[in-house]
Amino acid sequence: MQRPPGAAASPIAIELIGINKHFGPVHANKDIHLVIRRGTVHGIVGENGAGKSTLMSILYGFYTADSGEIRVNGQPHAITDSRHALALGIGMVHQHFMLVDNFTVLENVVLGAEDSPLLNRTLEHARTQLAALARDYELEVDPDTLVENLSVGQQQRVEILKALYRGADTLILDEPTGVLTPPEADHLFRILKMLRDEGKTIILITHKLREIMAITDEVSVMRQGAMVRTLTTAETSPPELAELMVGRRVLLRVEKGPANPGKVMLEVENLVVTDDFRIPRVKNVSFSVRAGEIVGIAGVAGNGQSELLESVSGMRDQQSGVIRLNGKPLSLEGDDGAARAREAGLAHVPEDRLRMGLITNFQEWENSILGYQDRYGKGLSLDIDKAKEDARAYVEKFDIRPPTIDLKTANFSGGNQQKIVLAREMERNPDVLIVGQPTRGVDIGAIEFIHNQIIKMRDAGKAILLVSVELDEIRSLSDRILVLFDGEIVGEADPAVATEGELGLLMAGVHAEPAPAAGPGTLPAHETAVEKTLVERGPDSSSLKDSQQ
Amino acid sequence: MKPLPRWADSVLLPLLNVTLAFFIGGLIVAAVGQNPLQAVGIMIYGAFGYGNGLGYTLYYTTDFIFAGLAVSLAYHAGLFNIGPEGQAYFGGLGVIFVALGLNGVPWWIVGPLMVIGGGLFGAVWGFIPGYLQAKRGSHIVITTILFNFIATLLVGYVIDTVLRPPGADNDESSPILAITRVPQLRSFIPFFGHSPVNLTVFLALICVGLVYWLVWHTKFGFAIRALGQNPVAANYAGISNQKMIMLVMVLSGALAGMVAVNNVGGVQGRLILNFVNGAGFVGVAVAFMGRAHPVGVLLSALLFGALYQGGSELAFSMPGVTKEMILTIQAMVILFTGAMGDMLRIPLQKLFSLRSSP
Repeated sequence: MQRPPGAAASPIAIELIGINKHFGPVHANKDIHLVIRRGTVHGIVGENGAGKSTLMSILYGFYTADSGEIRVNGQPHAITDSRHALALGIGMVHQHFMLVDNFTVLENVVLGAEDSPLLNRTLEHARTQLAALARDYELEVDPDTLVENLSVGQQQRVEILKALYRGADTLILDEPTGVLTPPEADHLFRILKMLRDEGKTIILITHKLREIMAITDEVSVMRQGAMVRTLTTAETSPPELAELMVGRRVLLRVEKGPANPGKVMLEVENLVVTDDFRIPRVKNVSFSVRAGEIVGIAGVAGNGQSELLESVSGMRDQQSGVIRLNGKPLSLEGDDGAARAREAGLAHVPEDRLRMGLITNFQEWENSILGYQDRYGKGLSLDIDKAKEDARAYVEKFDIRPPTIDLKTANFSGGNQQKIVLAREMERNPDVLIVGQPTRGVDIGAIEFIHNQIIKMRDAGKAILLVSVELDEIRSLSDRILVLFDGEIVGEADPAVATEGELGLLMAGVHAEPAPAAGPGTLPAHETAVEKTLVERGPDSSSLKDSQQ
Repeated sequence: MKPLPRWADSVLLPLLNVTLAFFIGGLIVAAVGQNPLQAVGIMIYGAFGYGNGLGYTLYYTTDFIFAGLAVSLAYHAGLFNIGPEGQAYFGGLGVIFVALGLNGVPWWIVGPLMVIGGGLFGAVWGFIPGYLQAKRGSHIVITTILFNFIATLLVGYVIDTVLRPPGADNDESSPILAITRVPQLRSFIPFFGHSPVNLTVFLALICVGLVYWLVWHTKFGFAIRALGQNPVAANYAGISNQKMIMLVMVLSGALAGMVAVNNVGGVQGRLILNFVNGAGFVGVAVAFMGRAHPVGVLLSALLFGALYQGGSELAFSMPGVTKEMILTIQAMVILFTGAMGDMLRIPLQKLFSLRSSP
């Protein structure tokens, strides 16, 4: 991405001077100085907990800084709430959308910004405005559709429209691509570039260095609450940014030797799984994983990965099909199927550690035996000493920080929580390890560690099934890639040969045919396909087998 | 904001809540022209000051411990069992069937069987809502409330048609012979006057220990807490949520059934219409005030026991303070410790964070 000429000379839109913010003993923002120029895309990168979101929340008026000054267009302002921020032209697109599902797009856009008690005039006014915005910035969304019927990418557009409708000329986007498919992300970036070319200022918070390189003009790196440096994007590189973020050299590429596949350990045959609404999500899927290989399942989120993982790990009943482990069929029916899967030698790192893999109110040691509690102690009683002894060993081996097994698990960072889960599942010496989203919400330093552990397991002769929506992760870890689309395996690829583009097309359900050329302002064909399936399926929802609530 | 230190959370906060409740109660007493300090003195003396009063306090406490433990155990599994009232009442049938069936046999043989009978009948009354929740998704709060009503009517019917001796006028069963009843402490220790506290009070203390051990030192307790904190993670951990819900409700109901051993087997010596008299509902307040911890339940049960006994003493000694006012004071305690138990938490947290980082 070329930096527009003269960006450095363009006037300053926002300036932060000496911002400090404490949360109890945590110094979340340390004397932050930041200059953001008008008409640029400014990236802010940093690991989880580096203070990015806190800083943006201060700018948007969610928090008040302990000290420091915010200048908007050269004028100092004490921004006290988000209404105030909006009045200054600062709008925010949240990571988790703040939309009312059963309102239409139009109603959502005007919500909180009504001109008068009577709605009709506001709605008509908004309708013309939206039409203009849609025309100018490729932000088409049918204003009369209910938000619950929109795809995730479209909902994000509604969020952007909301901000623009309120007159924002600086837009803050917090991890905007986390929920998007690759084509949707490309579309978002086109929109952002158009907004920038119209003179809007964009602040992009992300941890994906690829996005920083692709779209930003300048990038600021934060580490442990401090602003490390601001760089011109064209003059930096991902390795340099990664090093600044982590504070040490990081290997962005996974180093692994060739695989030595042995005999088939996990075999899935004609598996059919439905979701809670009895809609088939996994349709007649068959595959196998050999000892000593990593099989990656690529796919856009919501194409049946969750149901596949939950079914193989015994959390969700299958409709039909056979799952064999080491040649023996597994019977996983009932709501304690996961216990039988573990007994048979299958360990499971779940996709969503907070929802499934951990009990955040438990102490660390309790979580390090979750699922294996029946192996501790004879009869009824729980052998707490043995459990704590094992927990201490895992903490040491996996470098879990802080190394206190009595601490409540909610108080660990995302990366360390993930290490607790990984240690628990890997240290039981399973034959088969199934891993969902191993590095979701985990910072770069921990990602490196986790990837290395997974490869170590492979080299120790374990069969590993890896599911991730991060295509990079799938490509760099897997020995074979299967692409899941709409509950079916639509292709197999060799990670050494397949390009990202080829995989992307498979993931979008386009079989080997080239996509028709996309004209300006129209959606590429594969994007429509993806959105259509997302709309039909609705958001990923499942309450699993629990019968509570 | 930082969470409160453990001691402040489990001791200081409940203590402040109780103090606040008594303060408001004191205002009520003062409003009718009585001396609140004198009233408090009478209550404390009435509850702890002499053998007979203490005996009554312990008798009430016994009931509240069982009911409080029943609610607490279910609460750890994420189940809000507000049916100890009905479970205790239904448990009464189990106790009276055993006792009348073996009427005349010494208590040290029949007593344990009454415990089993009461536990079994209470367990059945807990199991049905548990089953409906686990297999049919009926919400346990609704079903346990309704089962309280069903127990009232059903047990009343059984008393009327089966248990009432022919020709008797009262709505109660025929009496258990003295030799078969659970002995009262006054028969060994004259200090307790004519109070009804009986050996069941020791069973209550044993249950406190048992529940503690069960929840924090067994695999079963681990599974209970996993289920209560995160049912999805429990499913991931291979814990059968359905089985756990039913098992926990069985145990919870059995604990509530012990109330019947205390009353039917140890005090009244017969099954009287509506003998539970609200003890099951007090158990809900006791469990909340005790933060579902068995030791907390023990202490708050003692507080409520003292309130009950001290309250009746107060109504007796200070005619200006009516029974309704005492009920109001008791309600204040429930209100401040149960429903509004967290009202002082945030101010307290602010205070503590001020102190730790000046």
